[in-house]
Amino acid sequence: MSAKRTGVFVCHCGNNIAATVDVKKVAAELGKDDGVVVARDYVYMCSDPGQNAVINAVKDNKLDSVVISCCSPTLHEKTFRDASEQGGLNGFQCEIANIREQCAWVHRDRDQATEKAIRITRSAIRRAQRNVALEPIGVPVTRRVLVIGGGIAGIQAALDLANTGLEVVLVEKQPTIGGHMLQLSETFPTLDCSQCILSPKMVEVSKHPKITLMVQSEVESVSGFVGNFKARIKTKAIYVDPEVCKICDDCANVCPVAVPNQYDVGLTNRRAIHIPFAQAIPATYTLDENACLGLNPVVCGKCADACEAGAINYDKRPTVKEIDIGAIVVATGFDLYAKEKLGEYGAGRYEDVLDGLQFERLCSASGATGGHVLRPSDHKEPKEVVFIQCAGSRDPQTHCAYCSKICCMYTAKHATLYKHHVPDGQAYVFYIDIRSGGKGYEEFVQRTMEDDGVVYLRGRVSKVYEKGGKIRVLGVDTLSGRNVEIDADMVVLAQAMQPSKGTAEVAKILKIGRDKDGFLAEAHPKLRPVESVTAGIFLAGTAQGPKDIPETVTQASAAAGKVIALLSKDELAHSPTVAKVKYSLCTGCEMCVDACPYEAIRLVDGKAVVNEVLCEGCGTCSGTCLRAAIDVKNVTQMQIHDMISAVMGG
Amino acid sequence: MTPVQDDFEPKIVAFLCKWCSSAGSDLAGVSRLQYPPNAVPIQVMCSGSVSPLYIMSAFKKGADGVLVSGCHPGDCHYMKGNYFARRRLFLVQKLLNFVGLEKDRFRMSWVSAAEGAKFAEVVGDFVRDIKALGPQRRLKARR
Repeated sequence: MSAKRTGVFVCHCGNNIAATVDVKKVAAELGKDDGVVVARDYVYMCSDPGQNAVINAVKDNKLDSVVISCCSPTLHEKTFRDASEQGGLNGFQCEIANIREQCAWVHRDRDQATEKAIRITRSAIRRAQRNVALEPIGVPVTRRVLVIGGGIAGIQAALDLANTGLEVVLVEKQPTIGGHMLQLSETFPTLDCSQCILSPKMVEVSKHPKITLMVQSEVESVSGFVGNFKARIKTKAIYVDPEVCKICDDCANVCPVAVPNQYDVGLTNRRAIHIPFAQAIPATYTLDENACLGLNPVVCGKCADACEAGAINYDKRPTVKEIDIGAIVVATGFDLYAKEKLGEYGAGRYEDVLDGLQFERLCSASGATGGHVLRPSDHKEPKEVVFIQCAGSRDPQTHCAYCSKICCMYTAKHATLYKHHVPDGQAYVFYIDIRSGGKGYEEFVQRTMEDDGVVYLRGRVSKVYEKGGKIRVLGVDTLSGRNVEIDADMVVLAQAMQPSKGTAEVAKILKIGRDKDGFLAEAHPKLRPVESVTAGIFLAGTAQGPKDIPETVTQASAAAGKVIALLSKDELAHSPTVAKVKYSLCTGCEMCVDACPYEAIRLVDGKAVVNEVLCEGCGTCSGTCLRAAIDVKNVTQMQIHDMISAVMGG
Repeated sequence: MTPVQDDFEPKIVAFLCKWCSSAGSDLAGVSRLQYPPNAVPIQVMCSGSVSPLYIMSAFKKGADGVLVSGCHPGDCHYMKGNYFARRRLFLVQKLLNFVGLEKDRFRMSWVSAAEGAKFAEVVGDFVRDIKALGPQRRLKARR
């Protein structure tokens, strides 16, 4: 075949390449190759004059193909492809030969390095000579976003997205949005009332014309790909009509069933028909069908009788809705590490050993005790309270290896709140380290120690047990080198944050990865913290890792920003270096169909057909095919064989 | 056994996956780690795209050693390409042994984008091992 008119440009990169590789010799040698009509060297190819040299060479010599021999393609492939386009050549006719990171920088012998640089460049020339012109594949997008999880992360993301005019569907498993933040009493370091700062956002969500709120709903399945997903959302039977309910409480007053109230973390009971919080959004009562005696009016039916507004209907059924969406934000939140696993701290056995959320509910004015800190066992005010940090975290042998990030701060908050509620009480905090890195955090902890008189003991607790009506805590103070025994009235554990149960389920449905601790895996831990590896699916909040509220809000806005960028154009540009089948060679054996990680190939009339939008161009199909009947465009098997010849000196 | 010449410089072809091993190789460069120049890299999108024919072709054209390097199992950028590479190339290894090629002339390695030092070590070790084996004659095409 007649070789394409190829231009070769060898970069000195100052001294980076030229100090080791004889760049002039490389250019001279390759100038003799078949099809090479221009072979030059220049000190900085990526500079304006360097790029202009490429543009002009393409025009003046009518080049069909360009090879730049320089640094890694990760740096300037786009630069030179753009320059080629400016010269009138399709960008995909330009290839990069890496003679810096993979040659000049790692070898010392000038002759050997130069010889290697010649082979690397010749290999790129052979490849470029078989390249075809390609255009990015346009993929239409649906301008609707699915946000899974209605805690503060989901709420923030939904608002940021809806405010740009995008349609948002916010799916929440519970009957109300608000998540764990709604259970908190005050938030550190400002001691803002949690519901006071959250409720306005919740109301905004409920009233926003672009947000469709689906509570008591879960994602059943998701299919499709970025810009073009299809989601099936399953909603439980909604027996109380939120449009009609007047929140009068008549139904709960007559309901005969009492069950532990999960919103108060078991500290109180609620009725089968109930409202999760006074500030619940949607603002409606809800019937828990698992607790209800029976939806058959013959069995009970008292609430429907009591409801003057007529909001209750026992004949409702679960529904399934299918929606088209362009992008997904996963904000499924956290659960606390199971108390039952912390038996050494008496958790789950003694009523007066509480977890962090339970203590919040005690402090909260809307909680079990009307905001008074009282022992669950006898409702007496505790005069000595022990707080134990790192319960279940920083313990690779038995529990979670990681640091749960927020416990030092919320323990300081709890100790401070306790002292505000019970000024003559004594609080002790057992800690390993104090991690208080955020704005105002260190000052907050210092105030807890100095102004509120909380005693901080650097040491771990070995055992917690009941003795004589009190809870005895055995620990150590390593700074004084002494054992410590405290007969406490109450113990509060700072348990590790874990990814919520729903996070694991949603990750399986969406097929997105999780890390070693079960948190959602981000595409890159440093530079891409809100994207999953799957295009079009983004992460926000504690489902991705332990973090406090400001970081959660930041991540939620960041994820929303990514979605907005993704859906900002009419079409998405998908890389065109996708697989292509040579139908005359294909026998329909389907080995490629099985091998494809993206299920992008299927059999049509006995031949393999590639879905170019799903194909990511990995080439696994090509390596699998026994007949070389499928190739990735511009990375074909013929090209690789030519490159091997060049590498071997042929 | 042919005595190994002291000035024998092996020719090695190294297939590096773009997302992990080639990036690891770039990192070795950025870190200015030094290793022998005998291995010339060919960047492929995924180790799973390496056809057994590439390896045969390389040996036929006179390669003294062939290296295929991909993402660590479980971390493939394309999710499962490297699993196919691992199994397929294991069979290639067996076939090469069957036709009498020395076992160590073909090597697979897993180098991540963060492992610049490991990449330099892999290449250094491979060149040293191939030097000890001498030039490859079994599969090299006779003109």
